[in-house]
Amino acid sequence: MRVPAEWYLVVALMLFVIGATGLLIRRNILVMFMCVELMLNAVNLTFVTFSRTLNDISGQAAVFFVLVVAAAEVVVGLGIIVAIFRRRAEATADDVHILKG
Amino acid sequence: MRGADALAALHAALRLVAYNGVNSPHSEHLQAPADWAVFLVGGAFILAGALGVVTLRNPVHCALFLVITLFGVAIEFIDLNADFLAAVQIIVYAGAIVILFLFVIMFLGVDRKERVAAERFPLQRPLALLLGLGVFILILVLTAVTGNWTTGAHSLSGSLGSPSSPTGGAQGDVARLGQAIYTRYLLPFEMTSALLVIAIVAAVVLARSRHRVAGELSSEEQAAIQHSAEVTR
Repeated sequence: MRVPAEWYLVVALMLFVIGATGLLIRRNILVMFMCVELMLNAVNLTFVTFSRTLNDISGQAAVFFVLVVAAAEVVVGLGIIVAIFRRRAEATADDVHILKG
Repeated sequence: MRGADALAALHAALRLVAYNGVNSPHSEHLQAPADWAVFLVGGAFILAGALGVVTLRNPVHCALFLVITLFGVAIEFIDLNADFLAAVQIIVYAGAIVILFLFVIMFLGVDRKERVAAERFPLQRPLALLLGLGVFILILVLTAVTGNWTTGAHSLSGSLGSPSSPTGGAQGDVARLGQAIYTRYLLPFEMTSALLVIAIVAAVVLARSRHRVAGELSSEEQAAIQHSAEVTR
């Protein structure tokens, strides 16, 4: 008897909601970025769960591509954050409301 | 070859942790509690790590709790028979992405504090909590009312193997996932390679100092070199 798929989906839902709430609450750009990673992982968990429920490999293939895109996104996003913080001292998101070069 | 060996060893270790001896035929009755135990441990890791990421003040602590969440997701992947994705989750996420986060945190300085007093919109925190809780309850109620968690049709890219066997076949899911990626998803797979190259170039361009070409010295450095040359002469 395996664990029913609904339990995994509830865990993924909780993870996604925690990540989304953290994205709205936190002001530190790095921590907001980590919250985006939490939401991506929640979606990955639902992909794998549906892959097992529907007996279909394409869910796992989708997770594979999400992993690659997440890695690229982290690289570019952290590069942008470093480029911004070279010019400004504050680490809060409200301070970068003027995107002037 | 060494990479493949390491991956095989990691796979064996993860499998050993997940199915601690319950795959032997005379202990079939242990399967159900083992599955639930793995699920509960992974879920506890996920939720504890996520709450730590959201609530802790220090960004370094947030990154370390992010590792706990990613490890919990990998445990759930093993429980869902997605062995390859569990290994990749550990290697890529916990091994590369979180290290990148920690590098940037250390590079920017860990002593940066959030200015909580300088909220531009004072109701943001309660509204965000309300919104998160509302979405959570809404999705739970909707799925409970309709009773459908999964809808839609199957894709045509192949099955996971026989559902009765715990590993989805003799070779596990690695062979099937590789077959799907290299046949049906070949074009997206090649596009991801282009995406990675673009990301590398973008990171180099963004991280490069803007006012100096590579190998060029600033005026202060040139003056210092000239000064030291004069001093030694």
